Amino acid sequence: MNEQVKPVRSIGKHVPMVDGPEKVSGRAQYTADIAAPGALAGRIFRSPYAHGEIVAVDTSEAEKLPGVVAVVTGADCDVTFGVLPIAYSEHPMARDKVRYKGEPVAAVAAIDEATAKEAIRRIKLTVKELPAYFHAQDALAEDAVDLHETRPGNVERDVFYELGDVDEALGAADLVLERDYFCPEVCQAQMEFHAAVADYDPVRERMTVHASTQVPFYVHIQLARVLGMSRSQIRVVKPFVAGGFGCRTETLNVELISALLAKKAGGKVRTVVNREETFITHRGRPETEIRLKMGMTKTGKITGVECETYQRGGAHSGYGVVTILYAGSMIYAIYDIADVRYIGKRVLTNTPPCGAFRGHGTVNVRFAFESLLDEMAGELGLDPFAVRRANLLEAPTITENDLMINSYGLPECMDWAEDASGWNTRKGNIKSPGVGKKKGLGMACSHYISGASKPVNWTGEPHATVNIKLDHDGSVVVLSGAAEIGQGSSTILVQTVADVLGLDMGRVRVITGDSEVVPKDNGSYSSRVTFMVGNAAIEAAQNLKRVLVEAAARKLDARPDDIDVLGEVYRASSQDQGLTFDEVVAEALKDTGTITVKGNFNTIPESWGGNKYRGSAIGGTMGYSYAAQVVEVTVDEETGEVTVDKVWVAHDCGKALNRLTVEGQVEGSVWMGLGQAMSEETAYYDGLMTANNLLDYRVPTIQDSPPIITHIVESNDPNGPYGAKEAGEGSLAGFLPAVANAVADAIGVRCLDLPLTPDRVLAAIEGKSKTMKAARRRRGAR
Amino acid sequence: MSKHIVSFTLNGRQHDGVAPDNRLLLDYLRETLGLTGTKTACDGGECGACTVLVDNQARLSCLTLVGQVDGRSVETVEGLSPGGLSPVQEGFHMKLGAQCGGCTPGFVMATEGLLRRNSDPSVEEIRDALGSNICRCTGYVKIIEAVQYAAEKMRGKAA
Repeated sequence: MNEQVKPVRSIGKHVPMVDGPEKVSGRAQYTADIAAPGALAGRIFRSPYAHGEIVAVDTSEAEKLPGVVAVVTGADCDVTFGVLPIAYSEHPMARDKVRYKGEPVAAVAAIDEATAKEAIRRIKLTVKELPAYFHAQDALAEDAVDLHETRPGNVERDVFYELGDVDEALGAADLVLERDYFCPEVCQAQMEFHAAVADYDPVRERMTVHASTQVPFYVHIQLARVLGMSRSQIRVVKPFVAGGFGCRTETLNVELISALLAKKAGGKVRTVVNREETFITHRGRPETEIRLKMGMTKTGKITGVECETYQRGGAHSGYGVVTILYAGSMIYAIYDIADVRYIGKRVLTNTPPCGAFRGHGTVNVRFAFESLLDEMAGELGLDPFAVRRANLLEAPTITENDLMINSYGLPECMDWAEDASGWNTRKGNIKSPGVGKKKGLGMACSHYISGASKPVNWTGEPHATVNIKLDHDGSVVVLSGAAEIGQGSSTILVQTVADVLGLDMGRVRVITGDSEVVPKDNGSYSSRVTFMVGNAAIEAAQNLKRVLVEAAARKLDARPDDIDVLGEVYRASSQDQGLTFDEVVAEALKDTGTITVKGNFNTIPESWGGNKYRGSAIGGTMGYSYAAQVVEVTVDEETGEVTVDKVWVAHDCGKALNRLTVEGQVEGSVWMGLGQAMSEETAYYDGLMTANNLLDYRVPTIQDSPPIITHIVESNDPNGPYGAKEAGEGSLAGFLPAVANAVADAIGVRCLDLPLTPDRVLAAIEGKSKTMKAARRRRGAR
Repeated sequence: MSKHIVSFTLNGRQHDGVAPDNRLLLDYLRETLGLTGTKTACDGGECGACTVLVDNQARLSCLTLVGQVDGRSVETVEGLSPGGLSPVQEGFHMKLGAQCGGCTPGFVMATEGLLRRNSDPSVEEIRDALGSNICRCTGYVKIIEAVQYAAEKMRGKAA
């Protein structure tokens, strides 16, 4: 029997997402979709002041309004929250001070939205206004008032390190160039509004919170802290989540305020903030000023680098320390560089708090770095590809700042992008498409981590734990805390487990996102899930396989070593007759009942970064992804309009576990880089966010979006699951410099300011860029 | 606010209800009827996530009052697939036109509207028809492939 039976393999194929049918049919329930009969409507009162000492928060008129069930203010919670244990700087609602326009000050729960709205209108905030600072240099001025007592001079973190001897290295160069770059603040603008449904059971004193988060475990920790409840009294559920891109990698005030309201009301509160409030909740990529200086020999070898970075962090700490450290540490691990001096300042300002946007910390510095490399290549008469090739690493290696690299597919990425784009024949030879229009080609490289090797909360637990349950029905149920947010983590879990067992994916189900059911997971950020949770899932599946093999051996009276696992059939190699999977399961359950197995994953100490400077663990990972891309543009010299015609991108993801979702992640990353490079930027008027909607904040539409040709490079990382590394962030950063380099190729003008809107491109053509002004201002402020 | 009886065809069935004059079709579908497949993702007319079909035409339900669809035929994403997935839904699933899914119902309905009037759209025509829908995950590359897959599938069925 079953001569033709073979294990089923899905790894390396194009596999549609396991939760796709729910999404395309409208059955997927996101937080705002959850039926919450009888739930009160939660709404937040926000500060209209950018900076001020709170004199009074008068909620008496709101409380008198019929239909208002609960009102909370900063007085209801004196506990701070945050994401980095060293920087819990925020209260769920402001106490003592307000620090940005839109900061939560109070909240109401009412019988319906209209009543909640009216109640908010009746709340009165009185403050003694303080000077407000909307740019890093203003907040750093000597006479500036401190936003936080614990952060003198408004410096969240001052980073300085020098590895090697940078002055000597620059002195040995044939060419030294220094430029100032400027990247405005950008937002994730994920499709789903921030939302939470908090349900407090006053009889059992238990709190259940459904939240649109990437990090249910972090939310769990912070809920316990601000509610003054034990973690065991709290349940966090992550329903379908429509995107995050990093803004949901920390606990947000929406979740905490909903829970505080629910506790006070003794019931259920649903808070869905609107698009404007979602923008103001922010956690985007900071406005960044970068001064970059580089030395190069005439053959293109980089001799030394000096990088000074200022980030406008917004009013609270958030991930700030990590962001400013990534900006420095990730100068390394892409090219062979020894001598680097890094000066980083993360500054607190009276703007909404920044966070961990896709490509966390690395993107803006990569824009500067790859732009300068390109410019220097031009001055030395070298080809941009040749300059990068003159600085390649050789894996395995440890960088000067102690980052461990085991696989390095960058050379293959570059080879493909060069060939596919026709770089060598087309560059400089593309015909103008019309009067005043010029074509250009530009390229750049980028990289990213596959999960931070040191976790935010150091508990001694493994980085990832996956459970698999097998019961009488023969279905394999994977239990994981990994947060599916549209990136495909649940699909990867099903694929890896099914693959190890040789089963059709249909046999494997995955349950995620309910703290009462699934093992804890740190969450979906820093591209950690496929690498870490994927490895844990493989280990769990191998453990299950062992149990099944032993059961089959018992039943077949054979040795476990002699059992062939063919997916749906297990047989001893000497026998024709085998057992069906269901028969093996029945045997395995005898005496023990339901089987639960576990798999763990841990990082190795070599990947934790060194201790050459404070914060040097940031950047450490088990595996770096690499990407190279070529961008083709048309520039209209009369109007300054830049059109992106086509992108060729190659991404080294180690091994594509799922080619379809890897392509989707790479295309999405490149395109998100395109948004930042071409049109996206926040805007404020006197501290009030004005680009607070999807018209003024210009996310590219399908009309603005070019074809993206994606190529997957597989360098087979020795530690990755099946050799896999990250796929969802690394190719974002490269787009920004690649398009700027393409514009320079087309019209001979360097754009150092993003985004490349017509006004900025025209300013660059006329030699009047904003960056120069910013640089002058900064030097004046020093 | 005065209330009126509204009477329209919803996903092929006659529907009668009562709604205040200022009730948006979006809120009526989601909150009154519990049809949460239609998504809210902006503060009005910016993103296309709430797209539904009214008499076969793509419409933003966030800019439509319930009263405006009186006597008309309204279709939402839930109505496309009483059993299994419709060709457009299958296209978005198989080609990964949906990642997080937040924009997907709007794209599916806008695509459905396009393919009902043009069974073989060019890439330019696809871009035109979907130009007011925002997706934040895909870069639109696979959305175009999803639409082409669906068009081919629908043409195959018609033939």
